[in-house]
Amino acid sequence: MRNLATLLFLGGLGFLLLVITGGLVFGDPPMLIGRGIQQAAPDQVGAANIVTAVVLGYRGLDTLGELSILFAAATAGGLVLGSTRSRNTRPAGFILRTGVDLLFPLLLVAGLYVVIHGHLTPGGGFQGGVILAAAFFLPLLARPQDVPDHTWLSVIEGLAGTAFIGIGLAALYQGEAFLTPMLDKGVLGELVSSGTLPLLYLAVGLKVGAELASLLVRLSGDDEVTS
Amino acid sequence: MSASIGLVFFVGAIGLSLIGIAGMLLSNHLFRMVLALAIAEAGANLLLILAGYRWDAVAPILVDGQPAQAMVDPVPQAMVLTAIVIGVGVQALALSLVIRVRQRYGTLDMRVARQCMQDELDEAAGVTPGRSQERPAGGRPLPTPIAEAGGRHD
Amino acid sequence: MIWFAATLVALTLGAALAVMLLRNLLAAVAAASVVSLGVAVMFVVLQAPDVAMTEAVVGAGLSGLILALALRRLGLARLEIGDAQGERDA
Repeated sequence: MRNLATLLFLGGLGFLLLVITGGLVFGDPPMLIGRGIQQAAPDQVGAANIVTAVVLGYRGLDTLGELSILFAAATAGGLVLGSTRSRNTRPAGFILRTGVDLLFPLLLVAGLYVVIHGHLTPGGGFQGGVILAAAFFLPLLARPQDVPDHTWLSVIEGLAGTAFIGIGLAALYQGEAFLTPMLDKGVLGELVSSGTLPLLYLAVGLKVGAELASLLVRLSGDDEVTS
Repeated sequence: MSASIGLVFFVGAIGLSLIGIAGMLLSNHLFRMVLALAIAEAGANLLLILAGYRWDAVAPILVDGQPAQAMVDPVPQAMVLTAIVIGVGVQALALSLVIRVRQRYGTLDMRVARQCMQDELDEAAGVTPGRSQERPAGGRPLPTPIAEAGGRHD
Repeated sequence: MIWFAATLVALTLGAALAVMLLRNLLAAVAAASVVSLGVAVMFVVLQAPDVAMTEAVVGAGLSGLILALALRRLGLARLEIGDAQGERDA
């Protein structure tokens, strides 16, 4: 009975999706907003990466909502899991230890590069933040007895989130709307350009990195490996 | 590129979404439900990006030295960026809950865990667990319990 | 070009079916990462490099990592079906 209802629901959903995509003209979207953004973004925001201009400039409020959701999910996940001491305190094998020691600086540099160049090349705060989280989580795999300090990670996350909101509020004091890109726009294509966008992405990258590293550390504390 | 490429990609996106949702509905293992959720999210994001594609257009990134060309729609890309990150947040929370369910009830089968939860709730509320799936004995309509010896109390 | 796209879509859909049908859960997690990578390549073909990078890093990297860590914590991470839990060479 349940399977029959499921199949009927899936058939209906498939039909609905087909009808919707049949109405979409592939390759020729109406682009009611996209066209205006593409023409206005280089002069108004000054970022070479137009998707960054949309994410942080035109739809900055959505990014704030996304940060809140990520914060709520990571905090709730950490609360649900609790903190357990890992019983497996043997260091890992030689290959893993050496590999992690070699990879850690590379991942740090790659993550910071992706975060800082978010307004010029594909990348940005979220991608770089995930790479940074991996960089801070890998030493735990190699040496399980050196648990990263949760206090430092929480402090970094809190400060970065506050910096994001603070930069947005600074725009209010200048008379513009919340999260309008301020400061000088600079030359298109330079590293120091497009106002507060690199600073916003730096705050986002650090926040996401610290948050996900803390969640990964909590997730990897094993309590019932042998059950 | 011809129009049949669009058909291929749309089939892929709809297929992924349907496989993901079917997996969530039909599977009894809690972990496989989380995996199916991940697949359904990937399918939905692909569908959004497909809606913004333009023929013979480039990525919405200005390369200096080149004049502005026709670009794909940047707005769905910004939305999908947000959606992907939210998806992984939801998966992390779902996995935390699955781990807690396993710690508490010792099983990952959805039906067994649901039955254990229902029994716990009944016990905590003081209600005797109505385990029997059969119809209660007695004629229809049930006799009023006032004058009956023993009544209807279990 | 259409053959490339058709192969890509077929590979991704096959991996998605494998996620649902494989018995070994660690292999199912690997298949989920393959699905994310296939979708990331599709994003590149559709001229969305930012989204492709995010999907590859988050879907294949982070999502696979947290799924595998959760498997290890649940005690369900086995290399072979029927392998003894516990003692495994690091």
